[in-house]
Amino acid sequence: MDFDALLLSRIQFAFTIAWHIIFPAFTIGLASYLAVLEGLWLLAKKPAFRNLYMFWIKIFALSFGMGVVSGVVMSYQFGTNWSVFAAAASPVIGPLLAFEVLTAFFLEASFLGVMLFGWRKVGPGLHFTATALVAAGTLLSAFWIISANSWMQDPAGFTRLPDGALRAVDWWRVIFSPTFPFRFLHMVLAAYLTTALTVGAASAWRLLRDPAEEESAIALKMAIGMFAIVAPLQLIAGDLSGKQVLTVQPAKLAAIEAFWESRTDQPFHVVAWPDRAQEKNHLVVEAPKLGSWIAAGSTGAFIKGLKAFPPQDRPPVFIVFWAFRVMVGLGLAMIALGVWGVFLIWRGALERTRPFLRSAVIMGPAGFVSVIAGWIVAEVGRQPYVIYGVLRTDQAVSPVGAGQVSVSLLAFIVVYGIIFTVGVVYIFRLIAEGPKPTAASDTEPPVRGRPPGYALGAAPDQPDEVEP
Amino acid sequence: MSLDLPLVWAGIIAIGVMMYVLLDGFDLGIGILFPFAETPEQRTVMMDTVAPVWDGNETWLVLGGGGLFAAFPLAYSALFPALYVPILLMLMALIFRGVAFEFRLRGRRAGKRFWTAAFSLGSLVATFAQGLVLGGFIQGVKLSGTAFAGGPFDWFSAYSLIVAVGLVAGYALLGATWLVWRTEGALHARARAWAWTAAAAVAVLLVVVSVATLLVHPAIAARWGVAGDGALDIAKLAPKLPIPLLGAVGLAIVAVSLRRGAHLWPFVGTILVFASGYLGLAVGFFPDIVPYGMTFRQAANPDNTLALLLVGAVILLPAIIGYSLWVYWIFRGKVGADAQLYH
Repeated sequence: MDFDALLLSRIQFAFTIAWHIIFPAFTIGLASYLAVLEGLWLLAKKPAFRNLYMFWIKIFALSFGMGVVSGVVMSYQFGTNWSVFAAAASPVIGPLLAFEVLTAFFLEASFLGVMLFGWRKVGPGLHFTATALVAAGTLLSAFWIISANSWMQDPAGFTRLPDGALRAVDWWRVIFSPTFPFRFLHMVLAAYLTTALTVGAASAWRLLRDPAEEESAIALKMAIGMFAIVAPLQLIAGDLSGKQVLTVQPAKLAAIEAFWESRTDQPFHVVAWPDRAQEKNHLVVEAPKLGSWIAAGSTGAFIKGLKAFPPQDRPPVFIVFWAFRVMVGLGLAMIALGVWGVFLIWRGALERTRPFLRSAVIMGPAGFVSVIAGWIVAEVGRQPYVIYGVLRTDQAVSPVGAGQVSVSLLAFIVVYGIIFTVGVVYIFRLIAEGPKPTAASDTEPPVRGRPPGYALGAAPDQPDEVEP
Repeated sequence: MSLDLPLVWAGIIAIGVMMYVLLDGFDLGIGILFPFAETPEQRTVMMDTVAPVWDGNETWLVLGGGGLFAAFPLAYSALFPALYVPILLMLMALIFRGVAFEFRLRGRRAGKRFWTAAFSLGSLVATFAQGLVLGGFIQGVKLSGTAFAGGPFDWFSAYSLIVAVGLVAGYALLGATWLVWRTEGALHARARAWAWTAAAAVAVLLVVVSVATLLVHPAIAARWGVAGDGALDIAKLAPKLPIPLLGAVGLAIVAVSLRRGAHLWPFVGTILVFASGYLGLAVGFFPDIVPYGMTFRQAANPDNTLALLLVGAVILLPAIIGYSLWVYWIFRGKVGADAQLYH
């Protein structure tokens, strides 16, 4: 294979975006979780909620930092590596990305400072407001980025000038393009599930060591509530999104299901080894007629196969087929975990059922894996286009050399490798320390009359030695 | 009457970039000054003075990139491939220094040492790379049509290296004067010494960069009324004289207020020096947004895109400035050693 600037830029983009999405997927849910915990603490004044807040905010700060720095990279990479795409798409989706910065990034960044350092500087109500605004910021950010991505998946509300340039004609349809609502819902639910699985795994791990730890029992029950409610909803949201793929991106759907022939009564391939060169599947385990039913809601539905598209317009089938199965398989496992957990809560045996606790620990990374698998389905499945039906990926790359892109790709792999490893070690260390009770004075509202020279923020888990 | 939307947006982006330079400038400057601190405690205090605000400061960089993409896509798509190497270098350096804020707190002995070094080196390299971007930008970018058509190292020259060194000195001065304002005791005294050194370096490098710019780029020299043979055209020079004058006033304020023991004024003086340098460079290339082949009008998005953007910006920018000021107000005052750990 010839490693040209196009291929290297694609690998670099895939690597940096997959690495980046891990953190938003986690922090979108965690910000909302922290807002809920702080709200509950303010309402119920139960110390366990404050301890949980203080515990998870440290992990939030580490993850958010990694999300910010890897996100800055994304906003520059469109220009450095995909300048043709940038110039073509900007008249239509430029405002969407700019609005993400203006509505979300500033909001998150500014109030994060208050959230992390402001305990002694503002009152409890204002501090809670800061947490809620950071949570709102994460959701706004998801709104705009999914809006831009949905437009690229299924462009609407635009026209092409004679010289090929794109122009928006209906901003409403650009922002709320047809696939946007379900895709936004799907992503937000995915983020909430990812967080719940992580919180659940950490809490279950704590309970395996100390079944009496009150904070971890509360957090695990909250996580199970999320699995039980959100995971089934996610199945429905994903299905609705998938039904849209059938109409707007039939080639992607054919790749997801490894359909080669166009026909009614498509079988469902549980397992298969799709072969692009021979245009067929090997090692198939299939359920007859179920494929048409899953994709279109009826076994009699006529569904196009990959052979209906010229070879140069087909997405890579193997990776899309398998990424989809990983995502759905893990989603079903999440539903099962939720049902099992609810049953154990009902029986009052949650903290002492070690097989469940171990399963919850094992499922900890499942959200991250599903999110990345889902994005692989979305992004690889729409190839060979970067703007579906409008601009092909191989036309979108910058006039840069393979040499500089290979160096930058290598540098990203090394830098992200270091940061990720260390970040994960630090997060595991924090989990090992657990949600220790914090000294009450640390979260008390600001003390009047303190000189303006007093310390930054608070030292919530640190005894304050210089209280005036 | 209709609004001149490309001009409005050129102004918004120019202000955004200036905001970035000033705001992230002082927190990058603190990283540059890190190795000169006397004790680990001093370093912790230095970091604590910016920890609640650095993320907001860096967001102006995202606005710079995102705003350029949204308003002037042809400039975005021509400049960034041209400056690929220094931009990527800057991004990687910013990654290290950005995560260092949290990682440094979590590291034990070796980890803490590593992230202290990462914060310092990351700040230095990010600043240097921004200087290379600026130098490469002023040198001009080779275009074919609207696309970049030069080589991967076109930005590299003695000139861009001098600009980069100048920016390091400038950010160090911003960082030092910020610390003069926001710290007390031994660190405050130390910051005063840093400010003197950095101010002297900035004064020298401002002159060197100005002379180099005039020597390397006859077209810029002509705008300042300086002919190739050194003859001066006073009529051209006179209206632009307030710009270098502003820089001189800024440096004078830094020097006088440092001598008198003022706390806030050295920082204010430094801001004036930066404003002078910024305007001085802008005179050389305006109205080009990709020097010297594409004006901001040629690079601009159509009016319907710019109009939508403006509606958003008019509502959101005042709100952003408002709550940013509020956050700075919340964290006002001197920062002492009693704030070692926070959350």
